[in-house]
Amino acid sequence: MIKGTVIIERDICKGCELCIVACPQESLGLSNNINLHGYRYAELIKDNCTGCVNCAIVCPDVAITVYRQPKAALKKAI
Amino acid sequence: MQETIQINGYELVYKKPSTLTEKPFHYCPGCGHSVVHRVLMEVIEEMGIQERTIGVAPVGCSVFAYDYMDIDMQEAAHGRATAVATGIKRIHPDKFVFSYQGDGDLAAIGTAETIHAVNRGENILMIFINNAIYGMTGGQMAPTTLLEQVTSTTPYGRKHEAMGYPLKITDLLANLPGAYFVTRQAVHSVNAVRKLKKAIEKSFEYQKLNRGTSFIEVVSNCPSGWKMTPVESNKWLEENMFPMYPLGDIKLPKEK
Amino acid sequence: MEQKTNGKREARLMKGNEALAEAAIRADIDAYFGYPITPQSEILEYFTAEMPKRHGIVLQAESEVAAINMVYGAAGAGGRVMTSSSSPGISLMQEGISYIASAQLPCLIVNVNRGGPGLGTIQPSQGDYFQATKGGGHGDYHLIVLAPASVQEMADFVFDAIRLAEKYRTPAMILADGALGQMMEKVVLPEEGSLPKPEKPWATVGKPAYRKRNIITSLFIEPEKMEGINFQLQDKYTAMQEEVRYEEIALDDAEIALVAFGLSARVCQKAVDIAREKGIRVGLLRPITLYPFPKKAISSLADKVNFLLVVEMNAGQMVEDVELAVNGKKPVYFKGRMGGMIPTPEEVVDRLESLIEKLSISEV
Repeated sequence: MIKGTVIIERDICKGCELCIVACPQESLGLSNNINLHGYRYAELIKDNCTGCVNCAIVCPDVAITVYRQPKAALKKAI
Repeated sequence: MQETIQINGYELVYKKPSTLTEKPFHYCPGCGHSVVHRVLMEVIEEMGIQERTIGVAPVGCSVFAYDYMDIDMQEAAHGRATAVATGIKRIHPDKFVFSYQGDGDLAAIGTAETIHAVNRGENILMIFINNAIYGMTGGQMAPTTLLEQVTSTTPYGRKHEAMGYPLKITDLLANLPGAYFVTRQAVHSVNAVRKLKKAIEKSFEYQKLNRGTSFIEVVSNCPSGWKMTPVESNKWLEENMFPMYPLGDIKLPKEK
Repeated sequence: MEQKTNGKREARLMKGNEALAEAAIRADIDAYFGYPITPQSEILEYFTAEMPKRHGIVLQAESEVAAINMVYGAAGAGGRVMTSSSSPGISLMQEGISYIASAQLPCLIVNVNRGGPGLGTIQPSQGDYFQATKGGGHGDYHLIVLAPASVQEMADFVFDAIRLAEKYRTPAMILADGALGQMMEKVVLPEEGSLPKPEKPWATVGKPAYRKRNIITSLFIEPEKMEGINFQLQDKYTAMQEEVRYEEIALDDAEIALVAFGLSARVCQKAVDIAREKGIRVGLLRPITLYPFPKKAISSLADKVNFLLVVEMNAGQMVEDVELAVNGKKPVYFKGRMGGMIPTPEEVVDRLESLIEKLSISEV
């Protein structure tokens, strides 16, 4: 399994939840805390992100940056 | 690039395109507008045409599109974006020109300008956001509002006897010889966004080849105007909008 | 048709509308967008015939509304552009003109005025004076307005209007009328290529990496910003006052002054001749720029003469500006014809004589 991660800009997120629906791994959830603008924001709730980019593609606020384990590193792990 | 490419040994696979400005979008949570803005600017970044692209912003929620798109832009009066785009393109035939309008703008007040720009085969990309509502002014009936749909000016639902039928302007435009590429896309899912991006790429390629008008309808949502959560709005869109406005290419170039 | 006089500027016999269009091509306009309407369709026709052979873009738009928005787009993109129409068409353009004024774009708009209101008549009128000089559309703005009185000026003022529009980044209007558009006169055409094009660093031409993006807009949602733009516009209108132009005819020893512009001024010029033969010492002041308006000239004229008579082809529009300039110093009278009727010089002289009679009675 490729490992990935996302960085979600907390104060840009408006908590629309579209990324949560789009994530095939169910890695994302809404925080119980609120951000600067009063929104509950999306955050990683599981450590199973694959860096598939789906969340970033549907994010209306371009709040998500996606990183992925390099292919070379993956080979090494195997 | 001053960007940190790596984090914990992971490499960057997606970030905001450099053709978008720093300014956070003012749109409501879950709005499709900013997805279209971003995809459009991704294409402009990837094709390397930022220096050669001029956009025309509409009246409506996306009136401030030029706050986000880091390109030269002009703001047009309600309905007149394609006339303004025509003026720009005629002065700069070698530049990429696009207009961006909503349903009220393009299919009600600007119907004449829309039809005639396409009929002249203006070599521009027209992007048409159809969310079946006037979002900016508070959710009034649009020409594309569905029958029985409740809006702030159809509180008992749209009745065709008094208010006519949903206007499928994209199908109408596809009949005009000036229209080179006509397609209907969406942004409600990962796949839809990817397809939209392809369509925008193709449109700019056609523009480069001087082929005529490319017209992309984007069936989009308006969670605030529809009074739904963003997730509900996308579901409603699939169930109600798509039967009237089915996705897919409506007119494809005949040549290879 | 062309009469070249070995290297000298050529003289031709031309219709006003055609002279204007030819001058515009010689002024090196990049694009013309228009829509047919009587009595100015010859302008569009002239461009459609000439531009493909020479240079520039001509496009017959689907409406005046589209035409003015094409002008907005093309002017914003840095082009030297113009449109023309007649009264009902100019009314349709008002929204776009307001946007152009607010976005501070230079362009030329020609109004070959016909009689109104409504669909009116195709005969000449000056009924659009208010619309032309007071803004015309919504918001606080003005156009530079030039009023030709001959076919020669129909041609010359194209250069003047474009030069002023580009100098002040503002829309300029030539306010003619149906007679000036249709009449044929001798005209010495301006020289081609004699109007240099200024740099337009604000234009939308595609954003190079070294500069910030150029935005052409009239939307400034914060009231503080919108007021700032308004101050900018007002400063511009104040600066424009130095561009005032007018013509004085036989005013040196005048006891009475006629004030008239455009075609009415031609009528008045003849009236001055007739009246002087009868021993009436009358002269004429002809405003050439209707905006900026020759306030000072009229104010000092009021110090010299016994009364002023304003002659217009409308119900009394410029007379209000004359009254403001005179500011109660002397009586201001009005003689007007409307709906496409042109006053005769004799009518004007009759009015002068009856005013003289009335005033001398009241003085006794």
